[in-house]
Amino acid sequence: MKKVSGRLTLLVLVLLVSLVMFVPSYPPLYQALPAWATRLLPNKGITLGLDLQGGIHMVMEVDEDRAVEIAVERSVTSLQDALVEKKIPVESVKRTGPGQITIQFQNADLKIQIQKLIDDYPTFAEQPSSGSANSVVWELRDAEAKRIKDSAINQALETIRNRIDQFGVAEPVVQRQGLKQIVVQLPGVKEPKRAKDLIKETALLEFKMLDEDSQIKLDLPTRIPKDKEAEVVAQMEGKLPEGDQILFERAIEKDTGREYRIPYLVKKRVMLTGDVLSDARVAIGQFNDPYVSITFDSKGGREFERITGDNVKKRMAVVLDNTIYSAPVIQERITGGRAQITGTFSTQEANDLAIVLRAGALPAPLKIIQDLTVGPSLGRDSIEKGIKATLVAGAMVVLFMIVYYRMSGVIADLALVLNLVCLMGALSALTATLTLPGIAGIVLTIGMGVDSNVLIFERIREELRSGKAVRLAVDGGYDKALLTIIDSHVTTLITGVALFLFGTGPIKGFAVTLCLGIAINLFTALVGTKVIFDIMNQRRKVEQLSI
Amino acid sequence: MLEILGKTNFDFMGKRRYAFFFSGIMVILGIIALIQIGRGAANLGIDFAGGTAVQLKFDQPIKIDEARKALESNGLGDAELQEFGQDNKLLIRVKASTTIEEKTAERVVAIFTKEFPGNHFVVDSTTEIGPTIGKKLQEDALIAVLVSFAGIIFYIAARFEFRFGVAAALATFHDVLAVLGAFYVLDKEITLLVVTALLTLAGYSLTDTVVVFDRIRENLRLRRREREEIMINNAVNQVLSRTIVTSLTVVLVLIPLTLAGGEVLHDFSLALLWGVIFGTYSSVFVASPLLLLWPGTPGRLLKRA
Repeated sequence: MKKVSGRLTLLVLVLLVSLVMFVPSYPPLYQALPAWATRLLPNKGITLGLDLQGGIHMVMEVDEDRAVEIAVERSVTSLQDALVEKKIPVESVKRTGPGQITIQFQNADLKIQIQKLIDDYPTFAEQPSSGSANSVVWELRDAEAKRIKDSAINQALETIRNRIDQFGVAEPVVQRQGLKQIVVQLPGVKEPKRAKDLIKETALLEFKMLDEDSQIKLDLPTRIPKDKEAEVVAQMEGKLPEGDQILFERAIEKDTGREYRIPYLVKKRVMLTGDVLSDARVAIGQFNDPYVSITFDSKGGREFERITGDNVKKRMAVVLDNTIYSAPVIQERITGGRAQITGTFSTQEANDLAIVLRAGALPAPLKIIQDLTVGPSLGRDSIEKGIKATLVAGAMVVLFMIVYYRMSGVIADLALVLNLVCLMGALSALTATLTLPGIAGIVLTIGMGVDSNVLIFERIREELRSGKAVRLAVDGGYDKALLTIIDSHVTTLITGVALFLFGTGPIKGFAVTLCLGIAINLFTALVGTKVIFDIMNQRRKVEQLSI
Repeated sequence: MLEILGKTNFDFMGKRRYAFFFSGIMVILGIIALIQIGRGAANLGIDFAGGTAVQLKFDQPIKIDEARKALESNGLGDAELQEFGQDNKLLIRVKASTTIEEKTAERVVAIFTKEFPGNHFVVDSTTEIGPTIGKKLQEDALIAVLVSFAGIIFYIAARFEFRFGVAAALATFHDVLAVLGAFYVLDKEITLLVVTALLTLAGYSLTDTVVVFDRIRENLRLRRREREEIMINNAVNQVLSRTIVTSLTVVLVLIPLTLAGGEVLHDFSLALLWGVIFGTYSSVFVASPLLLLWPGTPGRLLKRA
């Protein structure tokens, strides 16, 4: 007979460690502990998955090509400024391809002068073959396009992180996945729609001048119903002066609360963008209407002063993501680097606007390619149902084992409890995430956990039938069942590992509980129950085994 | 000693023709389902096909045909509806035809807010999956299936003889295909969770087969004089109560999980439940008789002298 004390100690030790590890996963108990005790314990246990506590799991892709286009458009604007400054008369400067700028001019003599400008734009290369006597074509260098794409995703990550930090979510996850995807996980978010809007908004703030000289603006309707924007744009197509566009202001009828839109003729040229902001705060105006007060950094402040000084008595549009918030008349040169964004919004909307302005714009629009949102009520429901199913399942198995195997069944049930305690302890120790399929994995572990004992018990019965003494029958049963048990566990483990490696989210949760459950089960079945049988046999000579 | 079955002596091997016939039909159904999945004609869940699912929980019962009418009159006629009666829950699924940019989820919520003003609801969950992610998940699922099958066959072939490995793998394929076929025939949605269940049952069904094979191997070593068919049949009979009891304990936990585990886990548990039943059947009626079909000299199951 092998000595049992060593194995018994091991068993008790494992049980204790599991219990200790599990404590942080059960907040009521953890918080009730004195400070010295919590300091000794790990501070994190099992976290609930998004499907159990509610929340958002989003995978987004940065529209990289658009990021390149935006960068090139910015160069177009700066090139236009430079041409004006150097007094070189050109017909047009336009982006004519994803990374292509074409400069057209009447006077062919200017060509050399224009070609020289490229010295200031080292990220571009001239394409002599595409140009003509009256045009010069520049192409963005490949290395630069790659750099823009790369930094676009990093910048987007940074921006989203900032926004979420300011929105306030406990334990958010913002990660890069693969080359161009961003994963955002917001557990326990109460207002999923608001959070999503906040993340997704490009938040490109632009200051543009209204075109007040063109007669075309008289053709525009004064107001149109919401959703009819595209029709107006289509109508005016082709009639617009070069370098102009139509943008809409969002407005609300005071009496009815109905939303409508006001079209404006706006110059495409961007005077100033939001990246020169240093701060944005919500303030309340004199009529109790919220507005966002923005502060420029020193360079932006000087620039804003110059622009307003040059355009006194003209109207400037404050544009966010191609929607006009307001289009005030510039009364005087604005010094001090401050401005206000007014418009029709609630305090909450003003709040969110301030957040996105502070956090900065996204380098390019985001495309949501996966969005899983679980409301808190479903999460609660799922936990309740999961626990109920687990309890019923556990009770049925426990009862069955006792009815079918009597005293030995009780031993198997003890092993089952040990199994569950160890599993919860292991999940806590790994700070694993428990998902709904994970709960199913636990339930399955209960069912498959007793399997090993069934295999052993049936073997013992066979041995007993063949007339062996109890002690020999027990030892023989364990020995002979051993290989079968290992084989059956390993095969299940193989699928568990494959699921863990290739599964996502909830599936991973299932794979983790399944794999851990199987591994622990191997231990409890082979060491746990055997120790009890051995103790029974050691105390006195057992004539009859209740099995 | 309480026993479900005493000492039995069923002629399982003699019934193998019927078993092969029945299994053949199930496997053919499963293969049809596989082909349909490949062609994109099967009822794939939105996690694979891409699309939008919105689950709403209403205060009062909602009639499914009224809900369908409301969706149809608002241009979402191709939505699929599923209700979870006792909780007044309604699941609305719109498949790939739309992209996420169209905000289908918001549209669905808006339609129900407008059309059922008297019946307040909360949004239980929304799932929107773009077509690229669907493709990725399909690929991942396929890789997981291939890796686990390769691993299992390799393990069994290493532990047993090659013939056992092949028979066990075929029986496992049979179980997975049978459940897949059953899901296809009943037009149940094949989701990521269902595929997970199929993989899990592959592991489980193998467990069952291993138990039987272990005994066959043991008997082959002990009594090599007997006819192969009788030897296998005896082995199956000897472990029959083991096979049934082990499956029974798993069935016992899967029944409450299917009935009370909630809508998310229902199909998952159901696939596992059917899988365990098929797996038990196949270890007795498919895997073991398959050993007999192996070409070569009869009575040479085990090479080792």
